Amino acid sequence: MTNEELKIKITELLPSATFEEGGDFLNINIESKDWLSFAMQLNSDNTLAFDYLFCLTCVDWKTHLTMVYHLTSTKFRHNIVIKSKLEKVNPAIETVCKIWRTAELHEREVYEMFGVNFLNHPDLRLLILPDGWEGRNPLLKDFDDPINMIKL
Amino acid sequence: MWSISNIANWVNEWLGKNFSAAWVTVFEMVIAGILVISLFAVLGLILVIMERKVSAWMQIRLGPNRVGPKGLLQSAADTVKLLVKEAMTPNGADKFLFNLAPYLAIVVSMLLMAPIAFAKDFMLWDLNIGVLYVSAISSVSVISILMAGWASNNKYSLMGAMRSGAQIVSYELSAGLAILSIVVLTGSLNMNDIIRSQADGWWIFKGHFPVWISFIIFLIAITAETNRAPFDLAEAESELTAGFHTEYSGMKFALFFLAEYVNVFIVCAIGATLFLGGWMPFHIGHWEGFNHIMDFIPSSLWFFGKTFFLIFLIMWFRWTFPRLRIDQLLNLEWKYLLPIGMINLLLVTAMAILKWHF
Amino acid sequence: MVEEIGTTADGDLIINVGPQHPATHGVLHLVITLNGETIKKVEPHLGYIHRSIEKMCESLSYRQFIYVTSRMDYLSSHINNHGCALLVEKAMQIEVPARAQAIRVLLDELTRIASHELWWGAMAMDLGAFTPFFHAFREREMINEIMEDTCGARLTMNYILPGGVLEDIHPDFVKKTKEFIALFKRKVDEYFELLTGNIIFQNRMKGVGILSAEDAISFGCSGPTLRGSGISCDVRKHYPYEIYSQLQFEEVLETGCDSLARYLVRLREMKQSIHIIEQLIDNIPEGDFQAKTKAVLKLPKGEFYQRVETARGEFGIYVVSEGGTTPYRIKFRSPGFSNLSALDHMARGSKIGDLVAMMGTLDLVIPDIDR
Repeated sequence: MTNEELKIKITELLPSATFEEGGDFLNINIESKDWLSFAMQLNSDNTLAFDYLFCLTCVDWKTHLTMVYHLTSTKFRHNIVIKSKLEKVNPAIETVCKIWRTAELHEREVYEMFGVNFLNHPDLRLLILPDGWEGRNPLLKDFDDPINMIKL
Repeated sequence: MWSISNIANWVNEWLGKNFSAAWVTVFEMVIAGILVISLFAVLGLILVIMERKVSAWMQIRLGPNRVGPKGLLQSAADTVKLLVKEAMTPNGADKFLFNLAPYLAIVVSMLLMAPIAFAKDFMLWDLNIGVLYVSAISSVSVISILMAGWASNNKYSLMGAMRSGAQIVSYELSAGLAILSIVVLTGSLNMNDIIRSQADGWWIFKGHFPVWISFIIFLIAITAETNRAPFDLAEAESELTAGFHTEYSGMKFALFFLAEYVNVFIVCAIGATLFLGGWMPFHIGHWEGFNHIMDFIPSSLWFFGKTFFLIFLIMWFRWTFPRLRIDQLLNLEWKYLLPIGMINLLLVTAMAILKWHF
Repeated sequence: MVEEIGTTADGDLIINVGPQHPATHGVLHLVITLNGETIKKVEPHLGYIHRSIEKMCESLSYRQFIYVTSRMDYLSSHINNHGCALLVEKAMQIEVPARAQAIRVLLDELTRIASHELWWGAMAMDLGAFTPFFHAFREREMINEIMEDTCGARLTMNYILPGGVLEDIHPDFVKKTKEFIALFKRKVDEYFELLTGNIIFQNRMKGVGILSAEDAISFGCSGPTLRGSGISCDVRKHYPYEIYSQLQFEEVLETGCDSLARYLVRLREMKQSIHIIEQLIDNIPEGDFQAKTKAVLKLPKGEFYQRVETARGEFGIYVVSEGGTTPYRIKFRSPGFSNLSALDHMARGSKIGDLVAMMGTLDLVIPDIDR
């Protein structure tokens, strides 16, 4: 499906979604509360079939966080990017690791690096960082570690 | 003619002239003990350097080449290193069993040296049940491995030991059946009788097809019994780091290492004795002239030549095959080798009764 | 951590494989729950070589951050560099000279062969066969020498810059590469003879580590791991970059879904890489090896994503730019991280010896996972 067709289809599924121009892929902004049901539709819809989550990450915009999901379909080879704004304080979003199982490890990484709480995640704990790092999230812009970080 | 047995007889006579009978026995035992221990050390050195050179040859590299001429003293240097190293005992280990295990391993392989005929009329103990003795004592070695694995208080060691236990106990059966087929053919358990029965040709030639099968089964079984690749599950280093000797260091580790190589030598010596005629030169039926020429080569050379040929075969296996999985290993034994061995034993028995062999 | 030693309440054994273990090829730490020899659960603990490269890149310029990526998947460092350079070129619309493109692709494929050779040797060693390792390294050494001549380095090449390559190729490059191809074509067949046909090897690989197509997609696997499950996913085919769209090559697919399929995919991929090199080696266009670029690179405001096919799978770079000289946020989508997530699913119910085979066929490079 082309980006235009995708736009029409996705507007049908989620009228509140807004589209963003620029970048390589079609960017879709959604509310974080709509995410789980929308993700299920994206995965199960026969004409969309977004079955492959190839990149899951988060961006710290200082005022808020944005979850970024890159999805593709191994059947139709179309790509979309889903973005969802989160609060800076106590960010939380539903987990999608039931739909795309690769999300389990990726969400754990985002949890420790950005402090995003993934609701209903089966095993949300530190993956990369050592014990005792809870609460200090290295990839946030205000993180500071005077000993280990070298300012260039 | 010069031979080892002549020297032994000469020593015996000289002692008999100068000392009373009781002292002669004591002196001869001391000499035998020293010989076994020095043979042990020399075998260890030779086999380790041989393994490293064989593996290097198969892996297109040079192998050890710095210590001594062509690196031949490398294993001596390694021994010194291992002797000087601290032999640690982990805190959680059962200290008595932990320290006992390597000595048990080495004692078992020393005991196995007794009934082996190294040359014509030269063996430590001419036992009338030599073959039975060997199969009985060799199964004790599994106890030392289990002991080491259990006493180390390490899960890798324990798993390695358990694997090894399952493996040695299973493969003993096949090795036993393969040995039995030769016992059936010769009608004797005595090593010397078995060798003398091959004066008109080795069993591998005389016994044709069924003995070939026995020989192949025997080779597979001894490779498994000595825990060497492709059956080195007890110490599978990519799975269990080092298996049952994970916690051992220094000389205690070296003893396990030494025991492994000496065991390889012993099982190959037994294989050579049973199937390839031991020290018996290459004889063909009643070709007296040919047989006589062959007799000029000393019997000890024949023995060591055959043994080292088998050792080379086993090293060849190790450096070419990947490792089996534990269930495949047991399947191979219980579903294939054991039934084949049993049917083969039946064939050999029929052959022995009907005199189909040469 | 206390819960990682001893046994569970059900009497199952818990074993720590790694961070120092002969089979993990690096500092991967797997906590395995075992019932006898049967695996009940595999839980990866990462971070032993985590350097926070993503954070580091936020303070590096668009020329500098390329070199950090060499340190991630050190076996396909050239391809990682390539991806980063492509992203900057795409964002700034830099036209790369044809000569540079051909050189980049040539070195990409050489890197892929070198990486697969190391994998082949290391995997055979995991299975207990030591000899293949040395046979593979003999040929890998030739590639390393070619790389050394041209790039000045053997492992972390750092040869690519935005707009081209650092230097022109070495005068001996074409000759040496041709010699290598001629030899390597015979050697690939030797690899098949030495290991693939071995009955023990076949038994160890067949039906082990089953990863069905649906699971492989769901776990986000890529590269040979996904192609071993029969899913076409080659970035070079589906999202062609550089001159791959003009080259003749076949995407290798196997439908076995097991370790053997993944093994065969990689071996056959080496042959395809040779095929690509053969097409290019006599046709390297003349001209500049570098486009003229500004001294200071500034990416326009926006978000960019570039993917390349490394030896391990799809490597993605996601850059958020605020228009400055450094990236605002950078995310590396490493193939190893996603492939690793499938390990637990694959390993459950199999023997501990199979885990080693599975790890071997996933071809994990730990710095690539930890970043």
